Amino acid sequence: MTSIQTASTTLSPNASTAESPQRLSWRRFSQDRFSMAASVVVLLFLLMAIFAPWIAPQDPNDSDLLRRLQAPVWMDGGEWAYPLGCDALGRDLLSRIIFGSRISIFIGAAVIFIATVVGVVTGLLSGYMRGWVDTVISRVVDILLAFPYLLFTIGLMAMMGPGLQNIILALVYKEWVIPCRLVRGETMALREVEYIEAARAVGASSLYIMAREILPNILSAVIVVSTLRMAHVIILEASLSFLGIGVQPPTASWGSLIADGRSYIWDAWWISTFSGVAILLLVLSINVASQGLRDAFDPRLHE
Amino acid sequence: MNFGKLLERMLQLIPVMLGVSVIVFLMMLVTPGDPVDIMLGEQQATVEQRAELRKDMGLDLPVAQRFVYFLKNAATGNFGHSYFHRRPVSEVILERLPATVELTVAALLIALLVAIPLGVLAAVKKNTWIDRLATLGSLLGISMPGFWFGLLLMLIFGVWLHWLPISGRSDIASQVPIVTHFLTIDALLALNIKVFVSALSHLVLPALTLGLPMAAVLTRVTRTSMLEVLRQDYVTFAHAKGLTTRRVLFTHALRNAMIPTVTMAALEVGSLLGGSMIVETIFGWPGLGRVVVESIFTRNYPLIQAAILLYALTYVMVNFFADLLYTVLNPRVRL
Amino acid sequence: MNTMSIAKKQTPILSIRSLSTQFSTPAGVLKAVQDVSLDVMPGECVGIVGESGSGKSVCFASVMGLIKPPGEIAAGEVLFDGIDLRKLSPEAMRRIRGKHIAMTMQDALTALNPAMTIQQQLLEVILAHDEDIARQSYWDHKRLAQARAIEVLALVGIPSAQTRLKDYPHQFSGGMRQRIMIAIALACKPHLLIADEPTTALDVTIQAQVLKLIASLRRKLGMSMVLITHDLGVVAEQCDRVVVMYAGQVVESGLTAQVIGAPKHPYTRGLLRATPRVEDLSAPVRPIPGTVPNLINFPAQCHFYSRCTVRSDACLEAIALTRNADGSEVRCIHIEEN
Repeated sequence: MTSIQTASTTLSPNASTAESPQRLSWRRFSQDRFSMAASVVVLLFLLMAIFAPWIAPQDPNDSDLLRRLQAPVWMDGGEWAYPLGCDALGRDLLSRIIFGSRISIFIGAAVIFIATVVGVVTGLLSGYMRGWVDTVISRVVDILLAFPYLLFTIGLMAMMGPGLQNIILALVYKEWVIPCRLVRGETMALREVEYIEAARAVGASSLYIMAREILPNILSAVIVVSTLRMAHVIILEASLSFLGIGVQPPTASWGSLIADGRSYIWDAWWISTFSGVAILLLVLSINVASQGLRDAFDPRLHE
Repeated sequence: MNFGKLLERMLQLIPVMLGVSVIVFLMMLVTPGDPVDIMLGEQQATVEQRAELRKDMGLDLPVAQRFVYFLKNAATGNFGHSYFHRRPVSEVILERLPATVELTVAALLIALLVAIPLGVLAAVKKNTWIDRLATLGSLLGISMPGFWFGLLLMLIFGVWLHWLPISGRSDIASQVPIVTHFLTIDALLALNIKVFVSALSHLVLPALTLGLPMAAVLTRVTRTSMLEVLRQDYVTFAHAKGLTTRRVLFTHALRNAMIPTVTMAALEVGSLLGGSMIVETIFGWPGLGRVVVESIFTRNYPLIQAAILLYALTYVMVNFFADLLYTVLNPRVRL
Repeated sequence: MNTMSIAKKQTPILSIRSLSTQFSTPAGVLKAVQDVSLDVMPGECVGIVGESGSGKSVCFASVMGLIKPPGEIAAGEVLFDGIDLRKLSPEAMRRIRGKHIAMTMQDALTALNPAMTIQQQLLEVILAHDEDIARQSYWDHKRLAQARAIEVLALVGIPSAQTRLKDYPHQFSGGMRQRIMIAIALACKPHLLIADEPTTALDVTIQAQVLKLIASLRRKLGMSMVLITHDLGVVAEQCDRVVVMYAGQVVESGLTAQVIGAPKHPYTRGLLRATPRVEDLSAPVRPIPGTVPNLINFPAQCHFYSRCTVRSDACLEAIALTRNADGSEVRCIHIEEN
């Protein structure tokens, strides 16, 4: 009875396009309005982070106690020069949010980059070499996976002490298992394919096979997963900084901004609120864009 | 149920638990500086006293031996002494644990009670406004920091509307006989409505803060899995048999669709455990999580270590039970 | 709906009249079933032959009322024992499904719920439809339904079924599962059985067993049957009449002996040529070149045009179904040619 459900798909139109699957996927992605809009937003955030000094209306560390807890521009006592109001030390909130993006995005990108590199290498080794290498790496991965994420990083940060460097390290320690597991699975599957056998028969070294044959094929999956994970990591960093065990003053990420505003939630709700909105916008856009990426590149949905 | 296989599975837990213990132990070694100095802080202690404490704690022994002692002590429930609280660590933990359990269970209930009906509804009424709303809600739920959501709830319901309290577990000082250690349930059992209402109203915001983001994740999973199930031949055949839509949905579809949801819920308990630390901190909830966060700033390492170990092992057990549940739900997978 | 009007033998038990079913896709409207008409007489076995995409399954899913959006029945009547099924409320239709008209599907492994025992899957259909049993008290009705279930399992050739009632579908062999599915379909003694590819998913030896079973059940229960298949051999053996469908339309129909012995439509001829004959194994098997056309926004012309060897320009118009004196039908203007 499968023909009932598939009646509308068995006779699909364009069976004879000469476009490569890659180009087709990119074209699908560009036709998805939401994904495109989301990608633009992400790009804007990136630009904002890079050009922060030129974009921010004020100096984020310029403290003016006369402006203490000043309201946003649309409320009583607000002014255009300080559009989103000021924090407890009279510093412009918008500028702090703009500069905060540098920290939050940098940490997210750094963690993902390092974790992906480590994960891909270990995954390739584990999936291709098998044997004791695989056993050891898999054990470590299993045990790390048995730990709840936030718990692990809080514990680690508690012991290591706060700071930018430590937070990147702590997050990397847990994050690398995700690309590793993915790459390991894909590598094990690809290993059995004939052209790998052929390469081996010709005498190619394991390193060559891993780098030149297997790696390019798993790259797209890795990229899709990594973009999704970036969203997670940004939120995690914010959580740690919110608790006070992340970045320390004067470095301010969005998480610490929210923490700053917490004590003033009664009088100056805007401090925490808008800092959180920034996180929400960026993470939402990353999620939508990477979902769109996955839908565009997933062969199952578009046969 | 094959008890031999069950035992085998339980034994497989041991290496994992061991590995977890190793990691928790290793975390301890990562601390910069001398643990004793850090622990005692500014307290008056002579060099000899510090040396003695070091010996007591076994800090002068080789790492492997320290690990063995650590395990031995952990097995007997001895996690050392909390200087900050002037009590053994295990005592502090046991005291604070019920509040955390109450919060976590409430959050889990909220997550399941929201996600399952919503996910099923979204799948059955695909592409209608309900589906779009559920999908949007899920997307928002996974895109915002949980703690920020909590602050927002606090702002709206506590500050602006004054509907709900924003801190603590209960306002009323009156005592209620302790049966389950859950204030809400105990109050209900004692038929003390005032305390029950107070306890419940204090539980609402923290539980929502912890539970709704999890609901966001589970709604997506439920929807996807339900959509998948509804496409299956056995659903069509069930309709062809002339069964009522209700029966097809609940008896045929739901049973199979729930499997990924249950699996995911078990995995998500991990984020509940971690998130409870933050939620307890925001709402001043007197649970274990808040103590841990406080302990970070007071450098109370024995307590942190013990709590982390407890949380991690709990997570391992939860996933173990979820695996068992999976074999019950899916008869094709034997134990 | 309680009594069968068997006295008037000339009234078909199922009469499909000008049925059209379509699906809305992003690329356009797909007309899966176009203006299909056929009758099934009481006690008769009608074979529906066609390849994937011919619309044969969709046609009978429409009869059962199982078409859901984005699909819909665009036109036509479906008369079951004189009653137009399309005009019934969903609840009334539900009561007919499984009780008066039953259906089996191609693959019993996917048609049976893997998480439920066969007992549950049998009992639920009995309890859903049998009013006599349902009227009894709780313990009685379960017991009665169980007895019924064992009875019908024995009927399909699964003896000592009691011991296996609590087993799950995956614990049975393919042939047994098919029998169980047939048992479920027959549990409420339907007047009409629609068997969709009953043997396709089975090994050849098991196929023969199941076909024998179906034939004997038909005789025993006096049931009418629609046998949907792509296998001409099965049709030749089991069916009184055959309807050939191609790309959503009926292209030929008539008595089995006639259609298979002297096919008129080029497609039917092609099908027969493509079927290996056991009496002449060295004869070449010639497949029909080409593929089924895309039915989305398909122009009004002969659907078989692209693969036909006797086509002409006149075939680029809509071809009507011509009915002959003996009741057979062909949709072609070139039947004289060989």
